[in-house]
Amino acid sequence: MDQLIDWITQPWPWYVAGPLIGLTVPILLLIGNKTFGISSSLRHVCAMCVPAGIPFFTYNWKKEMWNILFVIGVLIGGFIATNFLANPNDFVLADQTRADLTALGITDFSGLMPSDIFQWDNLFTAKGLLFFVFGGFLVGFGTRYAGGCTSGHAIMGISSLQWPSLLATTFFMIGGFVMTHLLMEPLMKLVGY
Amino acid sequence: MIVEEKKNKVEVCDAPNSQQNVEKGLSLVKYMIIGILFGIVFVKAEIISWFRIQEMFRLQSFHMYGVIGSAIITGIISIQIIKRFNLKSIAGETINIPKKEFRKGQIIGGFIFGLGWAITGACPGPLFAQIGSGFLVVFVTLISAIAGTWVYGKFSDKLPN
Repeated sequence: MDQLIDWITQPWPWYVAGPLIGLTVPILLLIGNKTFGISSSLRHVCAMCVPAGIPFFTYNWKKEMWNILFVIGVLIGGFIATNFLANPNDFVLADQTRADLTALGITDFSGLMPSDIFQWDNLFTAKGLLFFVFGGFLVGFGTRYAGGCTSGHAIMGISSLQWPSLLATTFFMIGGFVMTHLLMEPLMKLVGY
Repeated sequence: MIVEEKKNKVEVCDAPNSQQNVEKGLSLVKYMIIGILFGIVFVKAEIISWFRIQEMFRLQSFHMYGVIGSAIITGIISIQIIKRFNLKSIAGETINIPKKEFRKGQIIGGFIFGLGWAITGACPGPLFAQIGSGFLVVFVTLISAIAGTWVYGKFSDKLPN
Protein backbone atom coordinates (compact mmCIF):
# COMPACT_ATOMS: atom_id res chain seq x y z
CA MET A 1 0.00 0.00 0.00
CA ASP A 2 2.80 2.38 0.95
CA GLN A 3 4.52 1.51 -2.29
CA LEU A 4 1.38 2.34 -4.22
CA ILE A 5 1.05 5.72 -2.50
CA ASP A 6 4.74 6.35 -3.10
CA TRP A 7 4.25 5.61 -6.75
CA ILE A 8 1.15 7.79 -7.07
CA THR A 9 2.82 10.77 -5.43
CA GLN A 10 5.73 10.65 -7.88
CA PRO A 11 5.28 12.61 -11.09
CA TRP A 12 3.69 10.24 -13.61
CA PRO A 13 5.71 9.39 -16.72
CA TRP A 14 4.33 10.19 -20.15
CA TYR A 15 3.56 6.56 -21.00
CA VAL A 16 1.16 6.40 -18.06
CA ALA A 17 -0.42 9.84 -18.39
CA GLY A 18 -0.76 9.89 -22.20
CA PRO A 19 -2.78 6.66 -22.51
CA LEU A 20 -4.99 7.72 -19.57
CA ILE A 21 -5.73 11.02 -21.30
CA GLY A 22 -6.34 9.16 -24.58
CA LEU A 23 -8.84 6.89 -22.85
CA THR A 24 -11.02 9.92 -22.17
CA VAL A 25 -12.00 9.76 -25.86
CA PRO A 26 -13.66 6.31 -25.85
CA ILE A 27 -14.99 6.74 -22.30
CA LEU A 28 -16.94 9.90 -23.22
CA LEU A 29 -18.19 8.30 -26.42
CA LEU A 30 -19.31 5.15 -24.65
CA ILE A 31 -20.90 6.67 -21.56
CA GLY A 32 -22.77 9.40 -23.38
CA ASN A 33 -22.01 9.72 -27.10
CA LYS A 34 -19.94 12.82 -26.32
CA THR A 35 -17.07 14.19 -28.35
CA PHE A 36 -14.09 15.21 -26.25
CA GLY A 37 -13.18 18.91 -26.31
CA ILE A 38 -12.59 21.42 -23.56
CA SER A 39 -12.48 24.86 -25.16
CA SER A 40 -16.18 24.52 -25.98
CA SER A 41 -16.83 25.01 -22.26
CA LEU A 42 -15.67 28.61 -22.68
CA ARG A 43 -18.23 29.08 -25.41
CA HIS A 44 -20.97 27.59 -23.25
CA VAL A 45 -20.10 30.05 -20.48
CA CYS A 46 -20.53 32.89 -22.99
CA ALA A 47 -23.83 31.42 -24.18
CA MET A 48 -25.03 31.11 -20.59
CA CYS A 49 -23.91 34.48 -19.29
CA VAL A 50 -23.57 37.03 -22.11
CA PRO A 51 -25.19 35.71 -25.30
CA ALA A 52 -26.02 39.34 -26.21
CA GLY A 53 -28.14 38.17 -29.13
CA ILE A 54 -25.04 36.98 -31.00
CA PRO A 55 -25.96 34.02 -33.24
CA PHE A 56 -22.71 32.24 -32.31
CA PHE A 57 -23.89 32.09 -28.70
CA THR A 58 -27.54 31.38 -29.36
CA TYR A 59 -27.94 27.64 -29.07
CA ASN A 60 -29.23 25.14 -26.60
CA TRP A 61 -26.39 25.35 -24.06
CA LYS A 62 -28.37 23.37 -21.51
CA LYS A 63 -27.71 20.30 -23.63
CA GLU A 64 -23.99 20.97 -23.21
CA MET A 65 -24.03 21.21 -19.40
CA TRP A 66 -22.06 17.95 -19.30
CA ASN A 67 -19.09 19.88 -20.67
CA ILE A 68 -19.30 22.47 -17.89
CA LEU A 69 -19.50 19.70 -15.27
CA PHE A 70 -16.49 18.05 -16.90
CA VAL A 71 -14.32 21.17 -16.51
CA ILE A 72 -15.54 21.72 -12.95
CA GLY A 73 -14.33 18.15 -12.43
CA VAL A 74 -10.94 19.04 -13.90
CA LEU A 75 -10.68 21.90 -11.40
CA ILE A 76 -11.59 19.59 -8.49
CA GLY A 77 -9.14 16.98 -9.80
CA GLY A 78 -6.40 19.62 -9.77
CA PHE A 79 -7.26 20.41 -6.17
CA ILE A 80 -7.22 16.74 -5.11
CA ALA A 81 -3.94 15.92 -6.86
CA THR A 82 -2.20 18.99 -5.43
CA ASN A 83 -3.45 18.63 -1.88
CA PHE A 84 -3.50 14.87 -1.38
CA LEU A 85 -1.22 13.32 -3.99
CA ALA A 86 1.49 15.95 -4.22
CA ASN A 87 5.02 15.08 -5.26
CA PRO A 88 7.19 15.28 -2.10
CA ASN A 89 10.36 15.92 -4.11
CA ASP A 90 11.65 18.96 -5.97
CA PHE A 91 10.28 19.75 -9.39
CA VAL A 92 12.68 18.50 -12.07
CA LEU A 93 13.22 20.71 -15.10
CA ALA A 94 15.58 20.17 -18.04
CA ASP A 95 18.88 21.96 -17.33
CA GLN A 96 18.84 23.76 -20.63
CA THR A 97 15.28 25.06 -20.08
CA ARG A 98 16.27 26.28 -16.64
CA ALA A 99 19.28 28.07 -18.10
CA ASP A 100 17.21 29.63 -20.90
CA LEU A 101 14.50 30.82 -18.52
CA THR A 102 17.03 32.12 -16.02
CA ALA A 103 18.47 34.22 -18.83
CA LEU A 104 14.96 35.57 -19.43
CA GLY A 105 14.68 36.63 -15.78
CA ILE A 106 12.80 33.75 -14.14
CA THR A 107 14.20 33.06 -10.69
CA ASP A 108 11.82 30.65 -8.97
CA PHE A 109 11.89 27.03 -10.16
CA SER A 110 10.44 25.36 -7.08
CA GLY A 111 6.93 24.52 -8.21
CA LEU A 112 4.88 23.68 -11.29
CA MET A 113 4.48 27.35 -12.14
CA PRO A 114 6.99 30.21 -11.80
CA SER A 115 5.85 32.35 -8.89
CA ASP A 116 7.72 35.29 -10.48
CA ILE A 117 4.89 35.38 -12.98
CA PHE A 118 1.80 33.68 -11.58
CA GLN A 119 1.05 35.72 -8.49
CA TRP A 120 -1.62 38.28 -7.62
CA ASP A 121 0.96 41.06 -7.14
CA ASN A 122 1.46 41.02 -10.90
CA LEU A 123 -2.20 41.43 -11.71
CA PHE A 124 -2.28 45.17 -12.33
CA THR A 125 1.17 45.38 -13.84
CA ALA A 126 2.54 45.02 -17.37
CA LYS A 127 3.50 41.43 -16.47
CA GLY A 128 -0.04 40.56 -15.55
CA LEU A 129 -1.33 42.24 -18.67
CA LEU A 130 0.96 40.08 -20.81
CA PHE A 131 0.71 36.72 -19.05
CA PHE A 132 -2.90 36.72 -17.84
CA VAL A 133 -4.91 39.16 -19.90
CA PHE A 134 -3.20 39.07 -23.30
CA GLY A 135 -2.20 35.38 -23.07
CA GLY A 136 -5.63 34.29 -21.93
CA PHE A 137 -7.31 36.31 -24.64
CA LEU A 138 -5.18 34.65 -27.34
CA VAL A 139 -6.02 31.22 -25.91
CA GLY A 140 -9.76 31.87 -25.91
CA PHE A 141 -9.93 33.73 -29.21
CA GLY A 142 -7.55 31.33 -31.00
CA THR A 143 -9.17 28.08 -29.86
CA ARG A 144 -12.61 29.28 -30.81
CA TYR A 145 -11.41 30.57 -34.18
CA ALA A 146 -9.65 27.22 -34.76
CA GLY A 147 -12.76 25.33 -33.65
CA GLY A 148 -11.03 23.51 -30.82
CA CYS A 149 -7.94 23.21 -28.66
CA THR A 150 -5.42 20.51 -27.83
CA SER A 151 -8.19 18.23 -26.57
CA GLY A 152 -10.73 18.80 -29.34
CA HIS A 153 -8.29 18.90 -32.25
CA ALA A 154 -4.98 17.32 -31.22
CA ILE A 155 -6.46 14.42 -29.27
CA MET A 156 -10.08 13.89 -30.35
CA GLY A 157 -9.68 15.14 -33.93
CA ILE A 158 -6.48 13.33 -34.84
CA SER A 159 -7.70 10.19 -33.02
CA SER A 160 -10.67 10.14 -35.37
CA LEU A 161 -8.27 10.68 -38.31
CA GLN A 162 -9.59 14.09 -39.37
CA TRP A 163 -7.04 16.05 -41.35
CA PRO A 164 -8.40 19.54 -40.45
CA SER A 165 -7.47 18.68 -36.87
CA LEU A 166 -3.95 17.67 -37.85
CA LEU A 167 -3.68 21.00 -39.65
CA ALA A 168 -4.96 22.91 -36.61
CA THR A 169 -2.54 21.04 -34.32
CA THR A 170 0.35 21.84 -36.65
CA PHE A 171 -0.49 25.52 -36.37
CA PHE A 172 -0.87 25.29 -32.57
CA MET A 173 2.73 24.10 -32.53
CA ILE A 174 3.95 26.71 -35.04
CA GLY A 175 2.34 29.48 -32.95
CA GLY A 176 4.01 28.09 -29.83
CA PHE A 177 7.43 27.92 -31.47
CA VAL A 178 7.13 31.46 -32.84
CA MET A 179 6.16 32.81 -29.43
CA THR A 180 8.84 30.89 -27.54
CA HIS A 181 11.74 31.53 -29.90
CA LEU A 182 10.96 34.90 -31.47
CA LEU A 183 8.52 36.92 -29.37
CA MET A 184 8.96 35.79 -25.77
CA GLU A 185 12.24 37.56 -25.11
CA PRO A 186 11.25 40.98 -26.47
CA LEU A 187 7.83 40.74 -24.80
CA MET A 188 9.35 39.81 -21.44
CA LYS A 189 11.84 42.69 -21.73
CA LEU A 190 8.93 44.99 -22.54
CA VAL A 191 7.10 44.08 -19.34
CA GLY A 192 10.18 44.52 -17.18
CA TYR A 193 12.11 41.25 -16.90
CA MET B 1 -37.04 24.79 -34.66
CA ILE B 2 -35.79 22.07 -36.97
CA VAL B 3 -33.71 24.62 -38.81
CA GLU B 4 -32.22 25.80 -35.56
CA GLU B 5 -31.31 22.27 -34.54
CA LYS B 6 -29.58 21.77 -37.84
CA LYS B 7 -27.63 24.98 -37.44
CA ASN B 8 -26.52 23.93 -33.98
CA LYS B 9 -25.18 20.68 -35.32
CA VAL B 10 -23.00 22.58 -37.74
CA GLU B 11 -21.86 25.24 -35.30
CA VAL B 12 -21.18 23.48 -32.02
CA CYS B 13 -18.22 21.88 -33.66
CA ASP B 14 -15.61 21.01 -31.16
CA ALA B 15 -17.27 18.93 -28.51
CA PRO B 16 -20.83 18.34 -29.62
CA ASN B 17 -23.19 16.24 -27.62
CA SER B 18 -24.65 13.60 -29.91
CA GLN B 19 -26.67 11.92 -27.20
CA GLN B 20 -30.35 11.79 -28.10
CA ASN B 21 -31.60 10.80 -24.64
CA VAL B 22 -32.08 13.79 -22.38
CA GLU B 23 -29.69 13.74 -19.43
CA LYS B 24 -30.38 15.63 -16.26
CA GLY B 25 -29.22 15.87 -12.66
CA LEU B 26 -27.43 12.81 -11.36
CA SER B 27 -26.75 11.28 -14.73
CA LEU B 28 -24.55 14.30 -15.46
CA VAL B 29 -22.39 13.58 -12.41
CA LYS B 30 -20.49 10.91 -14.34
CA TYR B 31 -18.99 13.61 -16.55
CA MET B 32 -17.76 15.44 -13.49
CA ILE B 33 -16.14 12.25 -12.19
CA ILE B 34 -14.34 11.72 -15.50
CA GLY B 35 -13.26 15.36 -15.28
CA ILE B 36 -11.88 14.84 -11.77
CA LEU B 37 -9.81 11.85 -12.90
CA PHE B 38 -8.65 13.83 -15.90
CA GLY B 39 -7.62 16.77 -13.69
CA ILE B 40 -5.63 14.43 -11.42
CA VAL B 41 -3.74 13.05 -14.43
CA PHE B 42 -3.05 16.61 -15.63
CA VAL B 43 -1.41 17.54 -12.34
CA LYS B 44 0.39 14.24 -11.73
CA ALA B 45 1.89 14.29 -15.24
CA GLU B 46 2.82 17.95 -14.62
CA ILE B 47 1.38 18.95 -17.97
CA ILE B 48 -0.33 21.92 -16.30
CA SER B 49 3.14 23.28 -15.67
CA TRP B 50 4.20 26.44 -17.45
CA PHE B 51 7.75 25.05 -17.27
CA ARG B 52 6.81 21.84 -19.09
CA ILE B 53 5.27 23.85 -21.93
CA GLN B 54 8.48 25.87 -22.16
CA GLU B 55 10.49 22.62 -22.29
CA MET B 56 8.24 21.36 -25.07
CA PHE B 57 8.52 24.43 -27.30
CA ARG B 58 12.26 24.58 -26.69
CA LEU B 59 12.58 20.90 -27.68
CA GLN B 60 14.42 20.20 -24.45
CA SER B 61 12.29 17.35 -23.15
CA PHE B 62 10.34 14.52 -24.70
CA HIS B 63 7.74 14.46 -21.93
CA MET B 64 4.94 16.54 -23.50
CA TYR B 65 5.42 14.95 -26.91
CA GLY B 66 5.20 11.53 -25.26
CA VAL B 67 2.00 12.50 -23.43
CA ILE B 68 0.24 13.96 -26.47
CA GLY B 69 1.54 11.27 -28.84
CA SER B 70 0.56 8.31 -26.68
CA ALA B 71 -2.83 9.93 -25.95
CA ILE B 72 -3.47 10.19 -29.69
CA ILE B 73 -2.37 6.61 -30.34
CA THR B 74 -4.64 5.39 -27.54
CA GLY B 75 -7.48 7.44 -29.02
CA ILE B 76 -6.93 6.09 -32.53
CA ILE B 77 -6.91 2.47 -31.33
CA SER B 78 -10.02 3.03 -29.18
CA ILE B 79 -12.00 4.62 -31.98
CA GLN B 80 -10.99 1.86 -34.38
CA ILE B 81 -12.23 -0.71 -31.85
CA ILE B 82 -15.51 1.19 -31.41
CA LYS B 83 -15.99 1.27 -35.19
CA ARG B 84 -14.87 -2.29 -35.89
CA PHE B 85 -17.16 -3.81 -33.29
CA ASN B 86 -19.87 -1.21 -33.86
CA LEU B 87 -19.99 -0.52 -30.12
CA LYS B 88 -22.98 1.41 -28.79
CA SER B 89 -23.10 3.99 -26.02
CA ILE B 90 -24.56 2.82 -22.69
CA ALA B 91 -27.87 4.41 -23.71
CA GLY B 92 -27.81 2.06 -26.71
CA GLU B 93 -27.12 4.75 -29.30
CA THR B 94 -24.84 4.48 -32.29
CA ILE B 95 -21.63 6.38 -31.56
CA ASN B 96 -21.44 9.55 -33.59
CA ILE B 97 -18.20 11.39 -34.31
CA PRO B 98 -18.98 14.56 -36.28
CA LYS B 99 -16.78 15.30 -39.24
CA LYS B 100 -14.63 18.41 -39.03
CA GLU B 101 -14.65 20.58 -42.13
CA PHE B 102 -11.61 22.53 -43.27
CA ARG B 103 -11.76 26.24 -42.46
CA LYS B 104 -9.12 28.96 -42.62
CA GLY B 105 -9.67 29.38 -38.89
CA GLN B 106 -7.83 26.17 -38.21
CA ILE B 107 -4.72 27.88 -39.57
CA ILE B 108 -5.16 31.46 -38.33
CA GLY B 109 -6.93 30.62 -35.08
CA GLY B 110 -4.60 27.68 -34.49
CA PHE B 111 -1.59 29.96 -34.82
CA ILE B 112 -3.11 32.55 -32.46
CA PHE B 113 -3.88 29.86 -29.89
CA GLY B 114 -0.29 28.59 -30.20
CA LEU B 115 1.02 32.06 -29.31
CA GLY B 116 -1.22 32.14 -26.24
CA TRP B 117 -0.37 28.57 -25.27
CA ALA B 118 3.33 29.47 -25.00
CA ILE B 119 2.61 32.63 -22.95
CA THR B 120 0.12 31.19 -20.48
CA GLY B 121 1.64 27.71 -20.38
CA ALA B 122 -1.86 26.32 -20.63
CA CYS B 123 -4.50 25.17 -23.02
CA PRO B 124 -8.10 25.46 -21.82
CA GLY B 125 -8.11 22.16 -19.87
CA PRO B 126 -4.98 22.85 -17.83
CA LEU B 127 -6.31 26.37 -17.03
CA PHE B 128 -8.99 24.75 -14.88
CA ALA B 129 -6.51 22.34 -13.28
CA GLN B 130 -4.08 25.17 -12.53
CA ILE B 131 -6.80 27.05 -10.66
CA GLY B 132 -7.68 23.89 -8.73
CA SER B 133 -4.00 23.46 -7.91
CA GLY B 134 -4.04 26.76 -6.08
CA PHE B 135 -2.69 29.14 -8.72
CA LEU B 136 -5.75 31.27 -8.21
CA VAL B 137 -4.55 34.16 -10.32
CA VAL B 138 -5.04 31.91 -13.37
CA PHE B 139 -8.73 32.65 -12.83
CA VAL B 140 -7.95 35.99 -14.48
CA THR B 141 -6.46 34.14 -17.46
CA LEU B 142 -9.63 32.05 -17.65
CA ILE B 143 -11.86 35.13 -17.62
CA SER B 144 -9.68 36.61 -20.33
CA ALA B 145 -9.98 33.40 -22.38
CA ILE B 146 -13.76 33.58 -22.02
CA ALA B 147 -13.59 37.19 -23.20
CA GLY B 148 -11.49 36.08 -26.19
CA THR B 149 -14.08 33.44 -27.02
CA TRP B 150 -16.82 36.06 -26.81
CA VAL B 151 -14.97 38.50 -29.06
CA TYR B 152 -14.49 35.73 -31.62
CA GLY B 153 -18.21 34.93 -31.46
CA LYS B 154 -19.10 38.59 -31.86
CA PHE B 155 -16.97 39.08 -34.98
CA SER B 156 -16.92 35.54 -36.38
CA ASP B 157 -18.84 36.47 -39.51
CA LYS B 158 -16.37 39.27 -40.32
CA LEU B 159 -13.23 37.15 -40.00
CA PRO B 160 -11.77 35.10 -42.85
CA ASN B 161 -12.98 31.54 -42.60
